[in-house]
Amino acid sequence: MATNTSEQSAVPIWRDERYLEIIAQAVVVLGIVALFWWLIHNLLTGLESLGTPLSFRFLGQTSQFDIGETSLEYSRNSSYSRALLVGLVNTLRVSLIGIVFATLLGLIVGVARLSSNWLVSRLAAVYVELLRNIPLLVFLIFLSSTVFHKLPKVQEAAHLGNWAFLTNRGIYIAWFDPAASYTVYRWVLMVAALAAVVVAALLIRKGKRTGRMPLYWLWAFVIFVVVTGLGWFLMPTPPLTVNIPSLQGRNFRGGISLTPEFMAIFSGLVIYTAAFIAEVVRAGIQAVSKGQREAASALGLSGFMTLRLIIFPQALRVIIPPLTSQYLNLTKNSSLAVAVGYPDLFSVGGTIVNQSGRAVEVILITMAVYLSFSLLTSLFMNWYNRRTQLVER
Amino acid sequence: MSRKLIVLFAVLIVSVLVISACASAAPAPAEQKASEPAQSTTQSTLDVVKARGKLICGSNQAVPGFGFLQTDGSFAGFDIDFCKALSAAIFGDPSKVEYRPLSAKQRFTALQAGEIDVLIRNTTWTLTRDTELGANFAPTTFYDGQGITVRRDSGVNTLEDLAGASICVASGTTTELNLADQMASRGIAYTPVVFETADETTSAYLDGRCDAYTTDKSGLVARMSLFPNPQDHKILEETLSKEPLGPVVRQGDDQWFDVVKWTVFATFTGEEMGITSQNVDDAKANAKDPNVRKLLGLEGDMGQKLGLSNDWAYNIIKMVGNYAEIYNRNLGPDTVFNLARGLNASWVDGGLLYAPPIR
Repeated sequence: MATNTSEQSAVPIWRDERYLEIIAQAVVVLGIVALFWWLIHNLLTGLESLGTPLSFRFLGQTSQFDIGETSLEYSRNSSYSRALLVGLVNTLRVSLIGIVFATLLGLIVGVARLSSNWLVSRLAAVYVELLRNIPLLVFLIFLSSTVFHKLPKVQEAAHLGNWAFLTNRGIYIAWFDPAASYTVYRWVLMVAALAAVVVAALLIRKGKRTGRMPLYWLWAFVIFVVVTGLGWFLMPTPPLTVNIPSLQGRNFRGGISLTPEFMAIFSGLVIYTAAFIAEVVRAGIQAVSKGQREAASALGLSGFMTLRLIIFPQALRVIIPPLTSQYLNLTKNSSLAVAVGYPDLFSVGGTIVNQSGRAVEVILITMAVYLSFSLLTSLFMNWYNRRTQLVER
Repeated sequence: MSRKLIVLFAVLIVSVLVISACASAAPAPAEQKASEPAQSTTQSTLDVVKARGKLICGSNQAVPGFGFLQTDGSFAGFDIDFCKALSAAIFGDPSKVEYRPLSAKQRFTALQAGEIDVLIRNTTWTLTRDTELGANFAPTTFYDGQGITVRRDSGVNTLEDLAGASICVASGTTTELNLADQMASRGIAYTPVVFETADETTSAYLDGRCDAYTTDKSGLVARMSLFPNPQDHKILEETLSKEPLGPVVRQGDDQWFDVVKWTVFATFTGEEMGITSQNVDDAKANAKDPNVRKLLGLEGDMGQKLGLSNDWAYNIIKMVGNYAEIYNRNLGPDTVFNLARGLNASWVDGGLLYAPPIR
């Protein structure tokens, strides 16, 4: 077949670039597939010979260990898969809250670094240079062992009246508990929110028509407070009771609490990632041409208005792609929680590896989960990126 | 330019073809070749160790008395001495050991993956580990039980007093499971605070993060020796579990398993017969008792049956000592731990250490 040269072409097929390129690509793809097939085969036979063939049935077995911090119902009688789920939720919790706070802090520091105030911009520069040049693991261990574990002991807790307590077992803050009438009051809250939104929408429409934007958010807020306040007094019993933390036995009970392990990984991730986000924000702002700023001040916009209405919307286009990588980094770095004792997915996974001996399976699951987190984050940020992109005609 | 590209592709193709040919050739003749990796893992660990010229021993570095990295960079402890005994039996030299410090969490993976030849790291023998982890447990060298350390001024005297407490525990240990079991069976609510290593766990306890710290009682004694004020802490009377600790090897290599087993038994037998590192030369010169002669390699070729030299047990006792010597050197009355022998006495003294006859 290959030796059969055609009449039209003087170049034989084994020297025809058009064919060679296709063949080369096909062979490379085949080669890659073969390599992976071989690696996987090797893994499977290796595991087989160790007497532990690849199997995910262990996920249904009882975990037999307890987890300190759980957002879901979990006990030692739960299955390994449930334990992994608890770890996953913990990872999500610290990552999502971390992303929100890191963005806020990063934004403030990034803007501060460009401030015309010498002290403010120097402080921001020191923050960025200090934080992004320390390895995260070292910083986390520093936070855990020299900050959160060195807070006052439970018996001598630092406190703000009866409302908040700071100890090395955690931070306890008074919080609301829903009472019996809360089921009804929930509707009041919804109505209030709806009313606020409707009023705001009407005011915005009016503002657009007349060209004078009223303080719609203030009005919305007032409406919300008035409706919820009225609802509160119409209830036969207060719908929410305040749950004040108090020292019962060896630990504080009541209110909401944040463990030192959570605080360590959370604040570590936020402070560290914010340093990088600050640089991203600074780069974005500096990418907006000077003329825009000058035009804004020529129109008489104040400094803040310039930033909010002129600079920032344009800077966002530059900021979002590198910001996405920072979000991905934060999520992946949350696996360092294992170093400070926070039971995230990786930490719980490690315990399961040790108790069940299923190293390959658990690591595969863990990798798959982090990969899907990252891909989902990317997907969302790419969508947002497309929305903020300049629409060119 | 494009010519170069073609050449590049050609080279790539050829190399990929070669690789994939080798790759698919290996597993292709299915049954016969597929068992090859199995053979390579069943290829005697003893031969591998001998060829390498040293033993790789998975050990602890953070539990004084058992396995501890000293300030001069050397390892010392009860478990470490069994690594040395094994090295003495194989090479006639106790120093041919490379210690691989492992956390509780890493140890079984390291063993399964063949990173270490033997795991001697205060590891508890359980059914699950014996079966599902692909491990084989050599005779127990130390009978232990889980205990709990609390501060003296905490007013805690029993497990029940720990209701609502935070308890520090190292991740990936039987301790973690026993604690969950015991607390569940007694219906006591508590919060486990889990750390990677013994060092992190105890430092969290000392900082007051936890009300209590739990691990094997021997481990508690050892760790307490490192506390700034050991007298401020106490170990609760209650024992939460049975913890038989001993060396572990991979499943599927019976010869190597035998070598490790009989190395431990040789130290037991040495104590039973009253042969110590001091008098072993004497005993070898004047031995009349056939049992002693067999142990010391004067008759019966016991060493050869294990794949070792016949003076294997002599080397163990001469270079490292019998069980009593190992115990006393690391944990006995002259050490800070001063642990009573208890269950860890020879059966002739009413303990549990009993070696099958060497014959």
